[in-house]
Amino acid sequence: MKIGLQDIYLNRNMTIKKEELETMIIQAFPEAKVEIIDLAGDDNHYSLIITSKRFSGISRIDQHKMVYEALDGKMGNELHALTIKTLVN
Amino acid sequence: MMDKNIKEEIVEKVSQDDLHLFMKGTPLFPECGFSNTVVQILTYLDAPFSSTNVLENEDIREGIKEYSNWPTIPQLYFKGEFIGGCDIIKEMFESGELKEELKDVII
Repeated sequence: MKIGLQDIYLNRNMTIKKEELETMIIQAFPEAKVEIIDLAGDDNHYSLIITSKRFSGISRIDQHKMVYEALDGKMGNELHALTIKTLVN
Repeated sequence: MMDKNIKEEIVEKVSQDDLHLFMKGTPLFPECGFSNTVVQILTYLDAPFSSTNVLENEDIREGIKEYSNWPTIPQLYFKGEFIGGCDIIKEMFESGELKEELKDVII
């Protein structure tokens, strides 16, 4: 679908549903404990807390990169604001 | 692929000062809450930094994401190395790690 300026102003097609976000994360991290909060109720500002043993021994930057990879390029595009906190269990 | 000149410009920016922040807006007038958070933390720590407003340069805005393989702005560089975006800098600040890491440059 073509996205017009109007859509961008109105934020149409530039959002992601919580369920979709959750599915992408769980698919990439089936072992993890995942908590997602829709911060503003606008499908656009989320907080993600993800706990996985796969983060063990990996730098914070690379842990976050693993999460971004799971989101398959959506971060910074459809997904505007996602606060990420990675924890190791 | 990023233009060679853009990459050179980025390398120059991240190596000219100990701390360089790629942000939306300026330290006095941040145009994004995440950029603002990093500015506030660095100011609180008395850590001098230079900055680039990516909203003024689309090539740098896209180039920096490719340079660090990191999809979002702000991005903080310390001694030429990417050390984190807003979440990581905030976490490092809260744990005291950031103050420790930046101790050489804090006034």
